[in-house]
Amino acid sequence: MTIDRISGGALVIFSLLVIWQGSALPLGTFRQPGPAYIPILLALLLLIVGAFIAATGTRAPKFSSIGWGERRHAVAILGVCVVAVFGIERLGYRLTLVLVLSFLFKIVERRGWLLSASLAFVLAFGSFFLFYTLLRVPLPQGPFGF
Amino acid sequence: MTETLQNLYLGFSVALTPNILMYAFVGCVIGTLVGVLPGVGPLAGISLLLPVSFGLNATSAIVLLAGIYYGAMYGGSTTSILMRIPGEAASVMTCIDGYAMTRNGRAGPALAIAAVGSYIAGTISVVALMFLAPPLASFALRFGPPEYFTLLLLGLLALAYMSGGSMLKALAMAVLGLLFGMIGIDPMTGFSRFSFGLVELGDGLGVVPVAVGLFGLSEILLTAGQPTAPAVTKPRLRELLPSREEWHDSVWPIGRGTVLGFLIGIIPGSAHIISSFVSYALERRISKHPERFGQGAIEGVAGPESANNSATSGAFVPMLALGVPSGPIPAVMMAAMMVHGISPGPLLISQQPELFWGFIASMYVGNVVLLILNLPLVGLFVNLLRVPYPLLHPGILMFCVLGVYAVNGSVVDVGIMTLMGALGYLLRKFDFETAPVVLGLVLAPMMEMSFRQSLSMSSGSYSIFITRPIALTLLTVGLALLLSSVISFGMRKADWRRRLGFAGAKD
Repeated sequence: MTIDRISGGALVIFSLLVIWQGSALPLGTFRQPGPAYIPILLALLLLIVGAFIAATGTRAPKFSSIGWGERRHAVAILGVCVVAVFGIERLGYRLTLVLVLSFLFKIVERRGWLLSASLAFVLAFGSFFLFYTLLRVPLPQGPFGF
Repeated sequence: MTETLQNLYLGFSVALTPNILMYAFVGCVIGTLVGVLPGVGPLAGISLLLPVSFGLNATSAIVLLAGIYYGAMYGGSTTSILMRIPGEAASVMTCIDGYAMTRNGRAGPALAIAAVGSYIAGTISVVALMFLAPPLASFALRFGPPEYFTLLLLGLLALAYMSGGSMLKALAMAVLGLLFGMIGIDPMTGFSRFSFGLVELGDGLGVVPVAVGLFGLSEILLTAGQPTAPAVTKPRLRELLPSREEWHDSVWPIGRGTVLGFLIGIIPGSAHIISSFVSYALERRISKHPERFGQGAIEGVAGPESANNSATSGAFVPMLALGVPSGPIPAVMMAAMMVHGISPGPLLISQQPELFWGFIASMYVGNVVLLILNLPLVGLFVNLLRVPYPLLHPGILMFCVLGVYAVNGSVVDVGIMTLMGALGYLLRKFDFETAPVVLGLVLAPMMEMSFRQSLSMSSGSYSIFITRPIALTLLTVGLALLLSSVISFGMRKADWRRRLGFAGAKD
């Protein structure tokens, strides 16, 4: 299976989902387009282009040729971002950042405890001081005053 | 001419105030750092620092962000030449001969030519911007919704045509971006589209979370596994001077790169990236000794570096004169201007001359600042690359989260950034470009609105797009681009990219 066949197929599925979702909205007419008109038109165009990519992708590189050596890091970083989404307003900016940065330095990058904790602390509190205190960019404090 | 000079005088009176001068300087320094750091290109850099500009007045903010933009273009060349690591995408071509020169012991002259070429190209292209933007803005006053719609359509088709990879894939990404731009409340009927009950999506997807996700976060995801910092060559100041022959060989590539870069910059697309590719291919094509390319030809540094800096100014022409961003970076700059209550477009120059001419003058100042900064301080900047990437990427990630959250104070934006980061990671693994997605996202609301307004004007008749001369011309050019690609695809002919030697350039 080539990468173009897979990606073309994914685009076709995505465009079908858009058409299905868009069908709940008024389509309007050819002369007077409604809110669903352009999205469905674009989804149809994406469907055609996606099908073309899949159909003409026989000479593209094989899926197995893609290297995924960085996947452990990638998954961990995405996980950290999800934690930031849920934590930043509940725990506050500084505490959330100390937690996620410590995790990245210690668990993902396998650095020593002292280095991980110090870097996480300096980055989280330093960036808060720079943006919140000096540049007056509002950042959440959380229930513990952090 | 006299009026332009008077306006420029007004601009310099704004740009040379200590306050603006400081922001130009700070922008250039940050931009250079952004350019040096792999993983944070100019787009992610500008997006991340957008919240910092909120507290500034409009002129200071735009001068700061523009400084970051062209500072990043300068900074990207340093790592390309010294370490074969492109700090940002437009410096990829500089890697080839720049790094070869470093291996030949000529790192200093390569850096000097890159800096001087960038300075000359940057300055000349600002002159061109200064003379071209006002008449174009006057002309654009004749534009109505049909003209804007066809212009935007042409922009997207040109973007797909000019993309370095497959046109079909670029087109798919532009359509995907347009679909992302459909999210939110329909401005003409008030219906909520694809927002899945999230109030935060009512205004649609923000440019910043999408841009930071697709460019910044996806780059971190792709490069985070790097174990140690690579070796850094640090040239001394006295080694920077090029020889007489190297100066001689660089003059015409700088000139050609400047003109080419500016013209490509005006055309929608990832102008600075494309311009450096085309310039490199052109220099190799017309060289009497093409076999020197890849072995340390100074023309391979002078041309692309001049072209990508010239394209930076060129990209501002449609943004300032027409209110139409020609790529994702001008799109984010435009978003920044809108935050400050300024709508770029035909009326900007007449209604806010201090801002427009102050911005132009600050670009002259910025180019001088960068020339002074880049050569003597090159050793200082490359020290940043001695920091191991495992220690660097969590810091960059922190700035991604912070920058995205601070724009609207919304965790939904951080969530969007995360999703876009994962999407960008997969898209790049599958050989798709992500720049058309951002451009599509920005252009979608303008495009839909002008399309539907056009039909309202003509009582539903599509002939409005072919009965108005400007709209017809733009539509014809767009269709010609599409047709030429379809023909070349159908005949399995090598298209313009291969003819110019893009494939070989990757060697």
